[in-house]
Amino acid sequence: MSWILILEQSLNGLQFGLMLFLLAAGLTLVFGIMDMINLAHGSLYMLGAFIASTFVQATGSFTLGVLLAIPATAVVGMLLEMSVLRTLYARDHLSQVLATFALILIINEVTRLVWGSDAALPGPAALSGPVELLPGLRYPAYRLLIIGVGLAVAVLLYLLVTKTRVGMLVRAGASNREMALAMGVNIKTLFTLVFGVGAALCAVAGAMLAPLFAVQVGMGENILILAFVVIVIGGIGSIRGALVGAVLVGVVDTIGRAFLPILLGAFFQPRVASAAGPALASVMIYLIMAVVLYFRPQGLFPARG
Amino acid sequence: MKRTALALALLIAFPLAMLAIDHLFYVSFASRVLIYAIAATSLNLVLGYGGMISFGHAAFVGAGAYVASIAIAEGVTSAWIGWPAAILASALLAWVIGAISLRTRGVYFIMITLAFAQMMFYLVNSMKAYGGDEGLTLPQRATLGFGLNLGNEVVFYYVVLSILAALLYALHRLVHSRFGRVMVAIRENEARVEAIGFPVYRYQLACFVIAGAAGGLAGALLASHGKYVNPNVLHWVQSGTLMIMVILGGLGHLWGGVIGAVALLVLEHAIADYPIPWLAQVAPNYQQHANLGVGLVLLGIVLFAPQGIAGLLSRKRHA
Repeated sequence: MSWILILEQSLNGLQFGLMLFLLAAGLTLVFGIMDMINLAHGSLYMLGAFIASTFVQATGSFTLGVLLAIPATAVVGMLLEMSVLRTLYARDHLSQVLATFALILIINEVTRLVWGSDAALPGPAALSGPVELLPGLRYPAYRLLIIGVGLAVAVLLYLLVTKTRVGMLVRAGASNREMALAMGVNIKTLFTLVFGVGAALCAVAGAMLAPLFAVQVGMGENILILAFVVIVIGGIGSIRGALVGAVLVGVVDTIGRAFLPILLGAFFQPRVASAAGPALASVMIYLIMAVVLYFRPQGLFPARG
Repeated sequence: MKRTALALALLIAFPLAMLAIDHLFYVSFASRVLIYAIAATSLNLVLGYGGMISFGHAAFVGAGAYVASIAIAEGVTSAWIGWPAAILASALLAWVIGAISLRTRGVYFIMITLAFAQMMFYLVNSMKAYGGDEGLTLPQRATLGFGLNLGNEVVFYYVVLSILAALLYALHRLVHSRFGRVMVAIRENEARVEAIGFPVYRYQLACFVIAGAAGGLAGALLASHGKYVNPNVLHWVQSGTLMIMVILGGLGHLWGGVIGAVALLVLEHAIADYPIPWLAQVAPNYQQHANLGVGLVLLGIVLFAPQGIAGLLSRKRHA
């Protein structure tokens, strides 16, 4: 267990965490502002990846394909909001869970009808090799690109939310919806817009992660639960909380998977360690969430003071 | 009362009718539907009567399924040991999860029950000794004694039906007891019940544990039925499916879980196995996309008939 390995795994964790952040940011805004549980957020992530794969193949350029997929997914998200989700804001959480669960089933099948069960989205060839970051530390260039994109989007989102008028309205909505309404904010348009931004972030995450994971139907379901864990840890409605939660979850999950088996191997038989390690690593983030919920039910950075 | 008698008569007559036309497969399918009816009914107690949106009910079904399966795999085939063990394990699990989760409210309760269920999912996934992610195949079903061979589909069906009937009767008695009244009152106005002086937390926890125990029994039956269990019985989508059944059937309605399980599973099966000629001409592969229909129906129910099928039938809400 050398320090290079630890550094490499930490970078992997950061990279995964930043992509989780993109998903969690949209989810936490929808959750915080509209008080809406949207299970179909993972479906937008999946759609983003499939749409990107089509555009990348059509244009022959990874960059161009991904850039086209982002607005396309945003449009899909806004249409979804205007057609179905809008009617759910006033309903109870149970109805929202079920209706968006139904949307998952529908979107999965429609995706299967349009694209089939999976699609190919290879990363850009120029970035397929590793880069030597430090003497002895060679890191895949594509993963570095993901980290760069993730950081850039995070900064952009931060500026959008804290420095612009729209961002101010979003924050007002997240901290006190009724008051924002009373002050004359056009909630309807704002909600649709927020949804579009959330969908666009999903597309970025879906397209960027696609070359590492498989593009397949159902890819959104597991990562959706992780995104929920992130926003519950971070505090519903808080972008800052989503960032901290996402990086925490990403790093803990990745590092845990890499080192828990080794760590356990020091105490138990190798067979036990290799079996219990990954399980313990997967359980750890849920454990963190349960502990946070128990002691700080509003999350680490509550949006509502 | 008339309806209950009619439903029971139909359920009792079903295997005989299938035997008469030599379609034994449907008896096995019906057993599976009834097992899901038990699971959904147990969730309905929490969701419909208790008003607690538990998004992790599959954990209890799965725990029961695994305890019962491990008993059989280790050579303890008697249902009189395996099933009570499954019930006990699920009740215990529900007690631990409930004791922690019930301190939270609203969205946080939904999320923390989901988190616990996911923990169980990954724990089971890692049990390499019992199949890990590939699941555990059992050499046989549980044995019941008294000359009843559970390997026989018809016998198995009647055993499941008896358990379901007993559960429905118990639920009926429970919700009309003082305990049930208090649960419904908590659902309607928690603060007021607390103010009157009822220990809300303890009532909710008791309700949660009873439902978990019944879910565990459903899991034990499910494992015996398929002679196979895998971690997917604990996946969160499974919890969602159980919720769908309850909503589809009727939230807080005695028969809600049964109606929902029958409706959903029969709908799935019908779309997958019976081609509709005109639809097949328009869309040749539509049967592989049964979930599209299920999703659309579910969305329609949630948007336009929130009381479920039972609500449509009776036009009034049962408390």
